[in-house]
Order: sequence, then structure tokens, then C-alpha cells
Amino acid sequence: MKLVSFHLMPYRPLDLEEAAKHRSPWVVLPNRLYDPVKGAEEYARHIDALVYAEELGFDAIGVNEHHQTAYGLMPAPNLIASALIQRTKKVQIAILGRALPLVNNPIYIAEEFAMLDNLSKGRIIAGFVRGIGSEYHSSGVNPFFSHERFHEAHDLIIRAWTEPGPFAFDGDHFSLRYVNLWPRPYQTPHPPVWIPSQGSSETVAWAADPKRKYPFLVTFSSGDLVARYHNSYREQARQYGYEAGADQLGWACPIYVAETDERAREEAGRAVETLFNDFLRQSFEMLMPPGYTSIGSMKNFISMRRGLGGGKATAESLIESGTALIGSPKTVLTGIERMRERTGFGILVALLQFGILSDDLTRGNMDRFASDVMPHLRG
Amino acid sequence: MSAQVGELKVRNVPIRLHRAGRGPMVLFLHGAGGLPQWLPFFDALAEHYELLVPEHPGFGGSVDPPWIRSMADLAMFYLDLVEEAGLDRVHLIGNSLGGWLAAEILIRDRSRFKSLVQLAPAGIRVKGVPCGDNFIWGQEEAVRNLYHDQSFADRILALTPDEAQMDVMLRNRFTVAKLGWQPRWFNPDLEKWLHRIKLPALIVWGDDDKIMPPQYAALWHERLPDSRLVMVEGCGHLPHIEHAALVARHVRAFLEGGAS
Repeated sequence: MKLVSFHLMPYRPLDLEEAAKHRSPWVVLPNRLYDPVKGAEEYARHIDALVYAEELGFDAIGVNEHHQTAYGLMPAPNLIASALIQRTKKVQIAILGRALPLVNNPIYIAEEFAMLDNLSKGRIIAGFVRGIGSEYHSSGVNPFFSHERFHEAHDLIIRAWTEPGPFAFDGDHFSLRYVNLWPRPYQTPHPPVWIPSQGSSETVAWAADPKRKYPFLVTFSSGDLVARYHNSYREQARQYGYEAGADQLGWACPIYVAETDERAREEAGRAVETLFNDFLRQSFEMLMPPGYTSIGSMKNFISMRRGLGGGKATAESLIESGTALIGSPKTVLTGIERMRERTGFGILVALLQFGILSDDLTRGNMDRFASDVMPHLRG
Repeated sequence: MSAQVGELKVRNVPIRLHRAGRGPMVLFLHGAGGLPQWLPFFDALAEHYELLVPEHPGFGGSVDPPWIRSMADLAMFYLDLVEEAGLDRVHLIGNSLGGWLAAEILIRDRSRFKSLVQLAPAGIRVKGVPCGDNFIWGQEEAVRNLYHDQSFADRILALTPDEAQMDVMLRNRFTVAKLGWQPRWFNPDLEKWLHRIKLPALIVWGDDDKIMPPQYAALWHERLPDSRLVMVEGCGHLPHIEHAALVARHVRAFLEGGAS
């Protein structure tokens, strides 16, 4: 199994009580609540944690992009990736991902990834996402054209990486007389592309297409939903006439390992609750701006939410539903193995720091994951 | 009084059209909320005029052709509509998004129009005075912020829409985002061409409009070459709903006076 140590880089010193008075920690949370002295320290510690993951034997370390939020301090994940390249030797660096529709010229994304690929001598994994709903509020980009812009930007980037330049690109959203990358990517034909997603059927069908066969990462979902999305990818692949490999299915999940289940819950329970209840808190209007998904998907989302009752998540419920793996090495391993039996997935994106989880607890978690869980996932 | 509801095809795109009354022709362009119901304001107008109220492509019962991608496209669609339906000497009324649309139509071709009534139109911007963000507001908040008199909001919030109504609301919202998300509620090129609207114009604005702040009224008044401005006290973003009788009187006086 391919193991990725992934980080969101949350702003942990956030005054949660104060933040709760605002509509959301996304888009509108007053940035006076950000203290640069504490924030700079956060960057240093979070980067240390990712660098440490190489030492522990992870195959890849991962970062991602979010804007105007205390949830994650990486509006420009490639800057972090660049720093990680300088401090690591062999580990792959996964940017999961860049939000393609949010930029006005996707060539810049193609260029940056190509630069990182050269700087790292081919260690880059390029994630492509649309950005979450709130990012259409913070960027101003029209969510109605999100899918169109994503597909067009994707096509442009892949062509820029693979076709001899200069050439002209004639899109509806991006129209460029000269596409001619300097540098070209280090890897041939280009860095691997991964698709983190919330599992919309449109994205599954697109990612599984034999032209692409992009690994599909399901993020922050209950065990049942992860299994459903993985298996819908498998089903889609079969309809295309091939069998999806384990390396095409990924699962991104908060994980905490301690000696016993009780200890794990004690140490990580509150932290995982802050991830879901404090840092991820967004209204329907923020998560689902009109046009961001099809009307059908949006109606499903509305009825699903109504079913959930909109209550707060507890560590208990997150563990129960398989949204987070928190427990003894045996419990965590069983959770992973059970999913492997259900879906045959082969990429585990482990979020080993989440919410307000401290540096010390994060370090201990990483150590125990590496010593007590990782060996069982190899071979 | 009730309206006749029919279908009108414009370039083979079927749209739903509500019609009532006899007399000089008035074309009403609805706002972002679409046309959930026939309004007392329409009845008041239909006593003296032939009133046409279409549902814009992508709203309510009207088809949304994929080639309508902007307010400019929608304006051109309406010029086709007016021509294909043989409308002439039309008094145009627009509210909010519909007011923006009215202006986009008239800067392109005003030849078949006689006058313009703008009810809290979108379409231009006063720098430093942001519009209300009705895309980020929650459902109740968005309804409440439409009105000054909260009893109007209370009545709407007491209703539970059925599934078909929910579908229409979602569909309207998608179309509204397509047309108005970015730049938010305005076209940067519209203001400089408003002098082309050489028609008598009446601007009506609520003094408690939480979506299009009243400062916008002054800019419209300044830019429309032949306009008068009526500020309505104790009124939000929908003057023709919150003060239907008063606004209908103003409109009638305008149409019978300078605009006739």
C-alpha cells in the first residue's frame, strides 16, 4: 500500500470561542484573529512534521490548497512543496491539489508544477481539484462555470506538459496564443495526476476514463461512503472495459494511534472534533454555491444533510462511522484492512495531525503509526 | 384578476409568458427570485395596460438554452423576443436583475420602447458601497433582507415549498449565479453607455434596501439622461411588493405623464 503523510496546516492557536461567533472560519472570519508570530511558528512545526514523515518511511508527503481560512494555511501549497523539496531527499511530494478553476491562466499552474518537478528531480504528484464551495466566495470565480473551467484548465495543463510548444490553445474560458513551457516537467510524460474528490459521479466517470485512469482520493467521508465511491469507480472502470488497480483508489482519513483505544480517544478526541466542528464549519450556501455541482447532486446533498440533522460531530460518531480511525494499532489496522477488503484500495492518505492536535501528540502518533501500523501494510 | 399563462417561442426556445389587461403595452422583467406568484402590483397595472410578464430563460417554466451565458446574451435574446413577437411602443419595467436586463436591452436598441421604470435595478456599481451578499446569506436571512417590513418575510417563511417549487428555486438560483456572480451584480461596461437610454425613465428605490443600497439610486439618476427618482420610505429591495399600491400609482402617473 502506498502511504502518504498528509497535512492541512491548520491555524491551531485560533480562539475557537471567538471564531464560533462568526458565520464560518472560512471566507469571513476576521483576520485580526491571525497572529503572525504564532502563525510563523505553526508553519515551522507543520513543515517539520512532514519532513519527519520521510524519516519514518512514508512514500509521499502531502499538502493542499485552501484560501482565506483558519482551516489550512496554504493558499499557495507549491510554496510549501518547494520548501519540502529542499529538506527531503527521496520522498514524493503530493500537492493534493491545486484548484484549477480559480486561476485566470492555468499555464501558471503547469509552470509551477513543472518547476517543482525539476527542482525535486521527479518527485512531484500533481493533484487537481476544483476547490471547495467556499473558495468560489473567496475568489469570486463563478461556480456556475466551475466544471467547465476545471476541464478546460486540465486539458490545457496536460497539453502544455506533453505537446511540443509553442502552440495555441483555444478554449472558451482560457484562450492563449502561446503555450510553450519552460521548463518542461522532469517526469515523462508528466507528473502523476491524482484527483481528490468528494465523490460526485461526474468526477468518478471522468477520472476513471481509460484516457486518464487518474487515482481517485475520497476525502473526509464515512466508511460506507468511501466504499461506495471506490466501488463506483471500480464499476465505472468495468464499464470502460478494464479493472481498476489498487493504485487508482485512495482514501484520505484522519488517523490517530495510541497504546489503547481509550488513550487514543482521550488524546485525539477533542482534536478530531475541532477539525469537523470548528475548522470545517460552513453553511450550505458556502459549501454549495449554485452551479458548483449539478442540480441533482445538490438535491442529494440537501436530503443527506436533512438526514444528518445538522448536529455536531462527536469523536464517538466519527469513529463509529469510520470517518476517522482513532485507537490502538490493532483498531486502526483493522479499520484499514476492512476497507481494503471492501474496496481493494491501495493509497492511504493519512492525516496524522488534525484540528488542534499538538506537536507532541502528532509526533507520538506518527511514531506509533510508523512502528505499529505501517509494517503490516507493506508486503 | 388572473393572468393568462402561455408559451412563447423565441428562436425555438420556449419560455413561459404571463399576460393580463388591455391598453398600452407594458413589459415587466422580473428579478433574481423569478416569478413565484402573480402579484397585486400586476393586477393594478393590468387595469390600464396590457401587461406582459415573461419568465426569463433558465427561470421558472422557461427553458435555458446553453448559449445564454451572460446578461449580454439575455439582452440580445429579449431583443429577438420583442422583434419576433412584433411588440412595439413598449413601456419597460425591471426589478433588480430585471432592471439590469432592461438597461442592457435599451443601450443596445431602444427603438421599440417608449419608457423605462427601474425598481431597484442591479447592473452598475458604486465603488466602496458593496451590495448585500445574498449568495452567502442563509435562506431565512436572505428572505428577511429583501424586506423592510418583516411581516412580508414572515409570511414567506411560514410556507413550506413542495418539491416542484424547491426545484424551481434551485434552478432560478443556478441561473442567477450564471448571470450575476462575477462581477457581482454589475457589468463594468454598462454605466458608460447609460446615456444611450434616451427615454423618459422613472427610478423607484426603497430607503431600506439591503441588497442594492440607496446610494445606487443616485448614480442611476445621474446616468440616465431623462430620469426622475422616487425614494420610498420604509421599503426594502422589492418596492412593487412592499408598497404595491403606492408604486403602481407612481408608475401610472409616470406613464400617463411624461412617458406617454
